[in-house]
Amino acid sequence: MVYLKNFLRFWYDFIVGDDWIIAAGVLIALALSALFAQRGVAAWWLLPLAVVLLLAVSLGRVMRPPR
Amino acid sequence: MTTAAVFLVLAAFLASAVEAVEALTVVLALGTTRGWRSTLIGAAAATLILAAVIALFGPALTSVPINVLRLVVGTLLLIFGLQWLRKAILRASGYRAQRDEEALYLAQLAEARAAGTTMRAGMDWYAFSLSFKSVFLEGLEVAFIVLTFGTTQGSIPLAALGAGLALLLVAMLGALVHRPLSRVPENTMKFAVGLMLSTFGIFWSVEGSGIDWPGQDIAILGILAFLTLVSLGFVAVLRRMHTRQIPSAASAASTGE
Repeated sequence: MVYLKNFLRFWYDFIVGDDWIIAAGVLIALALSALFAQRGVAAWWLLPLAVVLLLAVSLGRVMRPPR
Repeated sequence: MTTAAVFLVLAAFLASAVEAVEALTVVLALGTTRGWRSTLIGAAAATLILAAVIALFGPALTSVPINVLRLVVGTLLLIFGLQWLRKAILRASGYRAQRDEEALYLAQLAEARAAGTTMRAGMDWYAFSLSFKSVFLEGLEVAFIVLTFGTTQGSIPLAALGAGLALLLVAMLGALVHRPLSRVPENTMKFAVGLMLSTFGIFWSVEGSGIDWPGQDIAILGILAFLTLVSLGFVAVLRRMHTRQIPSAASAASTGE
């Protein structure tokens, strides 16, 4: 059990890293893009804009002083 | 060579060079203090396992339908690439310390000297395991990039070539100078890798979700230019905030606030 936990922890740190908000945001933005695509809207612009927003939020979280 | 193929080789080369420089620092420190035999066997064993991982997973991944592969790989690459980019922005703006290979080398030297000797079957297992771990963990990121870039672009050998060339170059330089490669612009290279991984992550995940890019492959250049400008903008803003914070922190400390 401990090995499995450590294994999963390793891959989480490897892929997701320090800020889970980026990973969650990317998944939401992609889901929205796919939804737009299904309705015939070529929303290729959505993900690049989402990336800018996610970077801003994530960097802002580093800047915020600890409570 | 197409734009995508050039970027494929370049991204694999840069990522591999950065990781190889980091692993070299540990290998050099261990080799100098604990002897080269066990250290090099550890490094070679890790490199062989990584090559086997690529050889094993590469063909398996190519059998996945291309759109599914692009969506999954693009998403992973984007999340992974944004980590690199975020750290690179924080380093470039002063919010995170720049990686200093010389200092890390000295720290590793001291640690390796202080550790006790455990010789069994003619091997120094401390040197072996630390060298193996360092090369394996740094190399895992390279294997990930080679596999994801290679399969999505339909050319694992091309990605492996870029990574292999970088590995060879760093190993040769390391053997030649016998010092950590602290003059390599590592932080700038990490910035470039972060930009490339994020660019391809955006490109492939959007294509995989069923949307065509205007201009097809040329869009890659547009995304790269856009991300570069945005990232440099973040660096400029954060650097200004950082320099403003230092004097105010100093005055707060001097007034006892």
